[in-house]
Amino acid sequence: MNQINQIIIIPVLLPLASAIAMIFFRRSVPLQRIIGLVSSTLMLAAAVWILGAVISGGMLTMQAGGWRAPFGITLVADLLSAVMIAASALIGLTTVIYSFAVIDKEREKFFYYPLLQLLMMGINGAFLTGDVFNLYVWFEVMLISSFVLLVLGGTPAQLEGAIKYVTINLLSSSVFLAAAGILYGIAGTLNMADLARISPQLEQKELLAIVSILFMITFGVKAAVFPFFFWLPASYHTPPIPVAAIFSGLLTKVGVYALIRFFTTVFPHESGFINGVLLVASALTMLIGVLGAVAQYDIRKLLSFHIVSQIGYMIFGLALHSPLAIAGALFYIVHNIIAKTNLFYISGMIERITGTFDLKKSGGVYARYPFVAVLFLVSALALAGIPPLSGFWAKFVVIKAGLGAEEYIVTGVAIFVSLLTLFSMMKIWNEAFWKEQPQTVAADAPNRYASMGTAGKLMLVSPVILLALASILFGIFFEPVFRIAESAAVQLLDPESYITPILGRKE
Amino acid sequence: MYSIILATASKYLLLLLQMFSVFLLFRGHNEPGGGFVGGLVAAAAYALYFIANGIGKAEKLLAIDPFHLISAGLLLALSSTLPGLAAGGDVMTGIWIDTGIPLLGKVGTPLVFDTGVYFLVLGITLKIIFSLAEEDRQ
Repeated sequence: MNQINQIIIIPVLLPLASAIAMIFFRRSVPLQRIIGLVSSTLMLAAAVWILGAVISGGMLTMQAGGWRAPFGITLVADLLSAVMIAASALIGLTTVIYSFAVIDKEREKFFYYPLLQLLMMGINGAFLTGDVFNLYVWFEVMLISSFVLLVLGGTPAQLEGAIKYVTINLLSSSVFLAAAGILYGIAGTLNMADLARISPQLEQKELLAIVSILFMITFGVKAAVFPFFFWLPASYHTPPIPVAAIFSGLLTKVGVYALIRFFTTVFPHESGFINGVLLVASALTMLIGVLGAVAQYDIRKLLSFHIVSQIGYMIFGLALHSPLAIAGALFYIVHNIIAKTNLFYISGMIERITGTFDLKKSGGVYARYPFVAVLFLVSALALAGIPPLSGFWAKFVVIKAGLGAEEYIVTGVAIFVSLLTLFSMMKIWNEAFWKEQPQTVAADAPNRYASMGTAGKLMLVSPVILLALASILFGIFFEPVFRIAESAAVQLLDPESYITPILGRKE
Repeated sequence: MYSIILATASKYLLLLLQMFSVFLLFRGHNEPGGGFVGGLVAAAAYALYFIANGIGKAEKLLAIDPFHLISAGLLLALSSTLPGLAAGGDVMTGIWIDTGIPLLGKVGTPLVFDTGVYFLVLGITLKIIFSLAEEDRQ
């Protein structure tokens, strides 16, 4: 029993412990803030520790309660999981700090911070679990926290968005549960490693194909893949900015993570047909997402459509199914988590300064706060894929893999969408930053940013600077980061490397 | 509406139901029962007391914020996962001690976990009931 393996329980237990402490001190918001800050910082440190341990020592596995796999609940951190944990911990920390600056007193009193921690617990659990049913449970933990975060505040717009969000997610959860039930019926196990070993020998090929399609639908809904994306732009613009940012940065990526995990590790042999479907879906996701974005004039809606579009690139990488493409998809996920969350943060700053999210009414940010403009440019150009920022490499690798696989049409779509992405980012630049704010609007839109205290400004700006720096660093130090993504991809495409550490060698 | 019969009976029933809920909690590991059911029964005891005597008295009797019950319950459940780790096993590994005391028998971390569930369920149910009773206060 190697005790270092036990560190992978930290990403689950630490947020839970801090949520408990916050519920206990529910009357003292300052204390909750301190607990949130300390635990998120510790979480980031633990995530880096886990990533380091996985890189240097290989996969970490833990059997909860000491019940051997495939009978117990397995927690696994391979490279993919460890990278996702690290990225989510970074977003968790920045969201907590950003929330200090913008979340109102009412929400803070009604368990905003504990809910954020429980959301993180669900996300981390989903990344770490090695069991299909357990994955369902973590999805539910994550979704229930997100439901409450979405409606907290109770404005009519929020409730409208929440109804769509909750309905579609409940539906996809029931599909998930049904698929898990059928899978258990044919395979007799839900442990991912055990499934990876057993599923190639199963007799009922047709049933297995149906199950994998059901899983594709349920994760497709969570990841907002075409044609299941419509709920996302309908709900993500309603909650306060930090909530929208963490949702857009992390929740859809959990869906993408699950797709990657299932169609590389769990059902490797089923992937031929699935990849064909995913390839078409990815092209349509990219295209329709970006077309939706171009038409929007509300910054938050514009960015929400971009989430959909960017998911397409990740699915494209998965569908190509070569080591290079999957490595590209992984790099893309990490890049996108950082850039997308940051753009939401910046949209919150624009709203503070100009008093509106409506691009037609806003303006003049560049003249008043050039540094905000610089921060926006870094993230926007990273998203659009301009070198030397992280997005360039992410797109470069995925497109290179697409050309290598001779999928010229979808690759062409990816390049075209990239142009439109740049166009819509420039639209935000022109409207919010460059042009003068219309006089009629400027008169009755107070600059709430200017009236914030120094501490408030610092809490608003520092997460944005941190993430912008991350975007730049990932671009400059592309090679070492990409090497991690590459070995993660190799690990994913070799099921044996996942099975052996969990179940032991085949006799 | 105040009923003297119910009010008098509820005092005795409160004690009885609480004892029964603890019995259910301890019985739970190998037989029907456990923390969840125990917590519900305990909450039902307070609910009965509230129906008979009004919300003010019920809250006074409880003398603790339901939210503190919730966090205490979660904390107990969380702490029950750690002894297994300290003993060199995996997280959540059950550790059992044979007390030799009749009726009590073996005591272990799963019991601590169940006690946590008991307090959590008690706290949440009471919070819901007290919130619903808010208009009764006027």
